[in-house]
Order: sequence, then structure tokens, then C-alpha cells
Amino acid sequence: MSLFQVVPDHSQVNKQEIILSIRDLSVEYQTRRGVLSAIDTLSLDLYKGEVLGLVGESGSGKSTLGKAIMRMIPSPGRITKGQLIFKNQDLMAYDENQMRDVRGKQISMIFQDPMTSLNPVQRIDNHIIEAIRVHEPNISKDEALSRSESLMERLGIGRRRLKEYPHQLSGGMRQRVMIGLALALKANIIIADEATTSLDVIVEAQFLDLLRELKDEFGLTILLVTHNIGIVAELADRVAVMYAGRLAEVANVDELFHNPKHPYTQGLLRSVPNIAMDSQDLYRMDGTPPNLVMPPSGCRFHPRCPHVMDICHQKQPWLVRVDEIGEGDEQVGGYDKHLASCWLHQEYQGATQARRY
Amino acid sequence: MRLQNVKKYFPVKRDLLQQIMRVGEQQYVHAVDGVSFEIEQGKVFGLVGESGSGKSTTGRMAVGLLEPTEGEVVFEDVHLNNLSGEELRKMRRYMQVIFQDPMASLNPRMSLGEGVGHGLKIHRLVNSQQEFRHHVSEIFEKVGLTPGDAYFDRYPHQISGGQRQRAVIARALVMQPKLILADEPIAMADVSVKAILLDLMVQLQREFGLTYLFITHDLATAKYICDRIAIMYLGEIIEVGDIRTVYTNPKHPYTEALLAAVPVPDPRFRRPAPMPRGEIPNAINPPSGCRFHPRCPIAQDVCKTEHPRLLDVPGQAGHMAACHFRTGDYIHLDPGPLINMNVAMTE
Repeated sequence: MSLFQVVPDHSQVNKQEIILSIRDLSVEYQTRRGVLSAIDTLSLDLYKGEVLGLVGESGSGKSTLGKAIMRMIPSPGRITKGQLIFKNQDLMAYDENQMRDVRGKQISMIFQDPMTSLNPVQRIDNHIIEAIRVHEPNISKDEALSRSESLMERLGIGRRRLKEYPHQLSGGMRQRVMIGLALALKANIIIADEATTSLDVIVEAQFLDLLRELKDEFGLTILLVTHNIGIVAELADRVAVMYAGRLAEVANVDELFHNPKHPYTQGLLRSVPNIAMDSQDLYRMDGTPPNLVMPPSGCRFHPRCPHVMDICHQKQPWLVRVDEIGEGDEQVGGYDKHLASCWLHQEYQGATQARRY
Repeated sequence: MRLQNVKKYFPVKRDLLQQIMRVGEQQYVHAVDGVSFEIEQGKVFGLVGESGSGKSTTGRMAVGLLEPTEGEVVFEDVHLNNLSGEELRKMRRYMQVIFQDPMASLNPRMSLGEGVGHGLKIHRLVNSQQEFRHHVSEIFEKVGLTPGDAYFDRYPHQISGGQRQRAVIARALVMQPKLILADEPIAMADVSVKAILLDLMVQLQREFGLTYLFITHDLATAKYICDRIAIMYLGEIIEVGDIRTVYTNPKHPYTEALLAAVPVPDPRFRRPAPMPRGEIPNAINPPSGCRFHPRCPIAQDVCKTEHPRLLDVPGQAGHMAACHFRTGDYIHLDPGPLINMNVAMTE
């Protein structure tokens, strides 16, 4: 038996249907020291049925992006420009009432600490029943209860536990309840923001197994925000790497791990201890992530980059195609495209022809 | 360093009614229940387990920060339990600690130099402020805070998280310890910073001939730094051995599950085993017999009644496990390994 399989398949993903399109999004925070540019003109598409891993270190803007999609950036932060196209509508044009209908019901979020999302004085079954009734207000209470029982059964939470309060459940169970809420609401997109970070390794593995099953069963679209490269490798179909508020690289998971193009991605992958490797020299990346009140000029990674060139100090590289461009293959973005923002690769394509995605 | 059958029970607070009525039995959390191991000088000994396994409590007892309920802690032939407060304080110089949160370990109102070198003054190891400053600055350079003199007057909030963790390492080093207890020292750092801190710890260990007691929940990190490793579950060590032996040939089903559960940063890798059901149970009333039996995929009746002892794995020197089917009297019932780890380790 070999534990290594061939390239993961993406059969569940609808490569044609973009469910959420983030266009030129910028988020800024007003601080005493000046304007902090947390996300800078970022564009990214989420395809129906995919798990898109969004990785980066603290301060990279990955959690900010998750919150920005829900338009939940806490003050003094705000979205300064950009569009969030969801079901052919721009969420940025929605008023607060319309947004409330999107949040939770159409786009659900699972946080690291589920206690912040569950009502401590409501029993678990009441949470789920309420969620089911959002879609079917006329459903009887008994019917809603029996449906929540079978749903939670599927998630490995027995009937008895439904009568308990959130604090009586373990961390792993609370995360299952959160997934249950998203499923009951029939959310189109689930944003999981470090959802497994506080779980122990075996519970985390159980949760990931469950997510994988549910993803196929319910055709879920998941934006998996995490700093844990291993989890991304395990669950994601596609990966977007963020650095200092911009996208460094976007590719399908196999391509990203086995053929990374951006020096930041390359360094990041080599600095993670791998339990499956016999011996390993960890890569030591110089420096620390930049202060985003005064971000470095040009490419924001240039002060830490081992391949830095003159142009990197001066001009910002666009996010461009770095895979082979075939005949008649002029489509700009696209599910299968490997994108990176690095001058090493714009040079290679001819900077003038480089197109921006 | 040697721990011999060390136990730590924490009393559970009785509820108000029980207190008033003076009824109800006093219950205890069996945080650590009979742990024994030895650490060779100059080696890195890993203590690994999930939250609630008792690994941090064990670590604290090993360096005399907690008094064991039962059992002995011996450091360089000195029995820590027998020491008076004053004698223990003197011993502490040789046993330094690095905790997870560097902000909680550095006094925000002391300059880095004063905070990091505080122990030198307490133990009266320096004679003048000049000597103090020189000595601390030198240690700063050793941990990569260069120029050391410039960091002396800065404050913890003025430097980055990675630099703070370096300062905490410097604070441990400045006392010229023999043993360092590192309790999740890099858990809070970012990926790129983690690798650097880990490398720094390895390099310092070699340079100063340090002995580490390295506590972590991350098995990939443990593999990178440890020479020997002990796996803890519900207050007990259930497997101990050289890092390579344990990782390539785990004997306890829990160790097998733990190793298999670690996410591998390679999408072509598929996690093989079905995970054991459930989560780590309550340590107030640990399960009878083998404490892992309610979750164990190969458990049989004997596991519910008989408590397995930590015994030598046949034919493997220094490798011990506490599973009826892998060591001891019931080894003939062994249904074989859950996962073929050798396959996972190659490539």
C-alpha cells in the first residue's frame, strides 16, 4: 500500500462557474501612525464546489480578506475600493439590510473559537432549528427538530448532546455544530477562518475528514483561511498565497506544492517541518513581514527575497500567468491557471505583454 | 535528569452545596499519574501529547516549579523533593524555562537587558553594572539580536514577536543553565520565524552542550529537534524511545494514530488510517484498564480491566510501550500494526 497517490482530482469543482469574484479589493485601516494598507488591489475568483486554501502568515491580510467578503471589517478599517461579485450582484452596492441576508445565510463563517459564534444560553438544538426555519419559516417545530437530529447525527453528534448548551461540548464538537449551522442554512460559501487551529491533532484530522466528506456530499464551496500548510495540502483544490496584503501566487494545490514559482512560496514551503521526510534542512527565511503603514516599495517581498533585482525595488509586479500558455488560450483568469506576481516571471513572459488578473 | 514514578493530582473544587453540607467525596484530576523517564546530558528529550495529556505539568515538576504529589525528581544526583526553598532556588539557576508566550515572559516595564539579565542580579553572579551589561549584550548576540548593546535599552513592545522569543531564549541562556525546559517555545511564531527559532535552538544546544526537555503538541517539530521522545496520554507515558524508532515503528495504537493525524505538507500524500473515535476523556475519572481503550481500534476485553505497564519492546533497546498487544503477556494477540509507517517515511 502506498500512501502517495497521484495528483488529486478536482471532479467536484465546476470550473466554469465562478460563485464569488473579488475584484481590485483594497482594505485600509486608519491608525495613529498613518494609513495601514491591509489588502492592496486584490483580485481572486472562487469557483463553485472548490476548496480554495488562502494561506499567509499573521499580518498577510488573509483573515481581513475573509471578513471583507462578508463586509465585516471592524472600524477603523474599511473597504476603500473594489467589487465583490456574488451571484452576479455586487455586494458592495448592498445596504446593511441586504447584507444581513447574505451573512450567515448565503456566506457562512466558521471562526477559530466557536464559542464566540454560539449563543451560550441557547441549547444546541435551538440553534439548528432556528437556522432551518430561516429557509422554511412554516415548518413545524417537530419537523425542524427531527431534521436537526438527522443532520447532527450525520456530523457525529448524538441526539442526547443536542439538549446541551455550547459550553458542555468539546472544541471539536462545537466546530461540528458550526458546520451544522452552515449546512442547515444551506450556505453557498463557507469561510473557515483558522477553524481547526485550536483543535488537537487527532480531532483536527477527524474534522478534516468530515469536511472532505461533506464537501462531496453537499457540493460545498469552502474558502479555507489558514496558516497551516499541511491542512491546505490535505483539503484544498486550489491555493492562494498572500503576502503583505497582496497575492503572491495562485495555483492548483499540486502545482503550488510541486512547482512553486514565487520565491516567498518557495521559502514558505521549505520552512515547514515535514513529518513524512526522513531528514530535512529547514529553510531560514531572512527578515520579518513588513510594516504595512509604510510597506516596501515595488514588490513588498523584496527586502526578504533571495532573488531580488533592481526592478523589484521600483515597480510592483502584476499577478500574471506563469504556466505554459497554449494556442488560442487567451482567457485571462481561469480555474487551471497558475498565477504569480514576481519580476522573475514577468521578465520571462516579456513585461510589456504581461497581463494583469 | 531522572523522574521516578512522578504523580500530580489536583483537587477538584466541590460545589457550594457539597461544601455547606460537607458531603461528597473529594475528587482529584489525575494530571500526571506515575511518569518515569531519564534524560541524558546533552540530549533533547521530547514530551509530546494532546492538550490535557499532562505534558506541561510533568515539565513543571521536572524543573521544580511544581511539587509532585508523589514520586521523585532527580537532577544530577540531587533529589529536588528534599530541598529547602533556598536550596531549590539555587538549583533553579541550572534549570531554565522557555514558555510559549514571549510577551507574558518579559516584564513590559523593564528594558530588555534588565529583564533578560534579571536572574544574574538575583543570583549575584555579576559584580558591576558594566559587567552585567557586557554579559547580557554578549548573550543577545548569541541569539541573533545584534548588535547586542543596542537591544539592551529597548523595551519588549518595541521589537517583533520573533525577536521577543529570541530574548526569552537569551534570558534562559544567560544563567548558563544545564537543562532548559522549553514548553511549546515556537507555537505562537509564524511559519517562517518558527524555522529560524528552531534552528537557533539546535545551534545553541550544540554550542553550549545544553540538555532540553522539549514539550510540544506538534510531532513534525518534535521530529526535527528531539533525540528521544515520550508520548503522553491522560497523564501517563504510553510510549518512549529514540525518535527514529518511535516514528518509523510506533507500537502503541495511540502513537500510530497521532503520527498518522499530522497533516503532511504535500498534496500527493494521503492520510491512511481511520482516526480513533472521540476525544481525550476527563482526567477526573480516567477509564479503567488501559486509559486509551474506549478510543482504541484494537481494544479487547483485557484492555478494559488490566492496566498495561510501560515495558520494553522485544528486540528494540530503549523502546518501551504500554499496550497489552505490543509488549507484555498478551503479545500473541497482536492484530498487527494499524498503519504501515515505513511506507510513509520513505520518499
